[in-house]
Amino acid sequence: MGKRVLLIEDEPNIIEAISFILSRDGWTVHTHEDGSTAMDKIVAMPPDMIILDVMLPGRSGFDILRDLRAHAQTKEIPVMMLTARGQDKDRELAERLGVNHFMTKPFSNTEVRDYVRSFMEA
Amino acid sequence: MATQRLAGSRIREKRLDRGLRQATVAETVGISPSYLNLIEHNRRRIGGKLLTDIARVLEVDPALLTDGVDREVLDQMRNAAAVLSAEVELSRTEEMAARYPGWSALIAAQARRIEALQAQVQVLSDRISFDPQLAQSLHEVISAVTAIRSSASILVSPEKLDEDWQRRFHQNIHDDSVRLASSSEALIAYLEAPQDILEGAGTAVEQVEAFLSQTGFHLAALEQSAKPEAVLASAGLGEAAAGVLQDYMTQYIRDVAALPLDDFQTAISRHGYDPAGLAQSFAVPLATVLRRLATLPPESDHPPMGLVICDAAGAIRLIKQVPGFAMPRAGGACPLWPVFAALARPEQPLRYDVTMPGQGGTRMLCYAIGTALPAARFDVPPTIQSTMLVMTDPDSPSAEPVPVGVTCRICPRNDCKSRREPAMTGV
Repeated sequence: MGKRVLLIEDEPNIIEAISFILSRDGWTVHTHEDGSTAMDKIVAMPPDMIILDVMLPGRSGFDILRDLRAHAQTKEIPVMMLTARGQDKDRELAERLGVNHFMTKPFSNTEVRDYVRSFMEA
Repeated sequence: MATQRLAGSRIREKRLDRGLRQATVAETVGISPSYLNLIEHNRRRIGGKLLTDIARVLEVDPALLTDGVDREVLDQMRNAAAVLSAEVELSRTEEMAARYPGWSALIAAQARRIEALQAQVQVLSDRISFDPQLAQSLHEVISAVTAIRSSASILVSPEKLDEDWQRRFHQNIHDDSVRLASSSEALIAYLEAPQDILEGAGTAVEQVEAFLSQTGFHLAALEQSAKPEAVLASAGLGEAAAGVLQDYMTQYIRDVAALPLDDFQTAISRHGYDPAGLAQSFAVPLATVLRRLATLPPESDHPPMGLVICDAAGAIRLIKQVPGFAMPRAGGACPLWPVFAALARPEQPLRYDVTMPGQGGTRMLCYAIGTALPAARFDVPPTIQSTMLVMTDPDSPSAEPVPVGVTCRICPRNDCKSRREPAMTGV
């Protein structure tokens, strides 16, 4: 079984597209759509990498990232954030909170795949 | 008589402004000091050559002494200079307004227009940055575009894709394109309707103030019966402004119930305009009396009275301007006004005699009180607001008034400890 990527995103067709390209690249992809229960899912089964949307129902990606970095079990997990909000202040906030990479929607599949490879193979 | 009465006062103001003794001016124009004293106290008429001579000694245009200047226009011109940070000859504003009243009114009107447009720009800017509806619409559009791009990219990839996946991604693209069309339409419809949004809170208060100023903030329709609907209908305001007016009327109706107009005016005829005496005689809070005094019917023979209400952050919630009393609505008002001091000392009534710089040192009597509004729940911070009544030309000014200003940018008081920024050149 390949390394596990957890995709936390609430748009079904984006979930399907990303899941498809990453699975085809050899990674095991798990998905989760709800911000408020995302931490439970991560702690229950820590993935090798997380792709995290910012605008999620229940809880924002920023809040989840803050908790991830404060939790001993999850603080080292690489996180790539996806957001439709490309403002500098959002990027700065994500960096302050400890994001590994910040990607603005609409992204290219190649870009996503290459970054996941770079994290997983590092 | 009114003009003549004011002419005497203006001569006195100008003479004191220039630091000239009465005897010196009298001697220069060939009259006795006692006669000049009578003129200055408006007990003798003045005109012709004597007026011209006095104007020359005082270095002012004679028209400035006889006609005076519309105080409101004067305040607005000074405010225009402050708001636009313009390098102008502020000390000659009065002269400018007297000589060119039409141009002066135009400057004042343009400054008001600029302020209104700036407020609209701010509303639109806030809308783009913080409006949750707009953020949601943009999120919808970008999400749909992202999904389409990702799905399409998979379909055109050189890697082989079985038919089931192909059908699936084609269907996804179709679904997302429908969603994109719908969210784009919603976004455009939203962006094409800015007028509703421009009814934002900042401009709404100003619209209400403009409406209320037509009647000196007095609402006759609410004095006899609590029927705000008629006032609301006649105001013709947008939704946001109507909400602000509704709040104002709710308070107004409560104040009328506490202080019925006839009783209140009878009490004034007995006690004068002393807010403390009036509050005591009706056993009502001081803030109620201050609001009620500021909303007396303008057709009655009451002196003009201004009103300011601000919140705990010092943001001004309501201003009733009166000639001679200029306080900017936007940030940057002089922090020495008692309305701000009252915030630091809630429930302690403050009575300050204040004087403005220039203008012959216009005197004003201010009554202010900070109040904590009743809380409906436990464990929430109290809502504090401060109310200040401003009476221009008080009958018995104190010997040492507190110096205040409009805003630092146009204030000549360079030694003021509360100065937050330097004054413009020319002040």
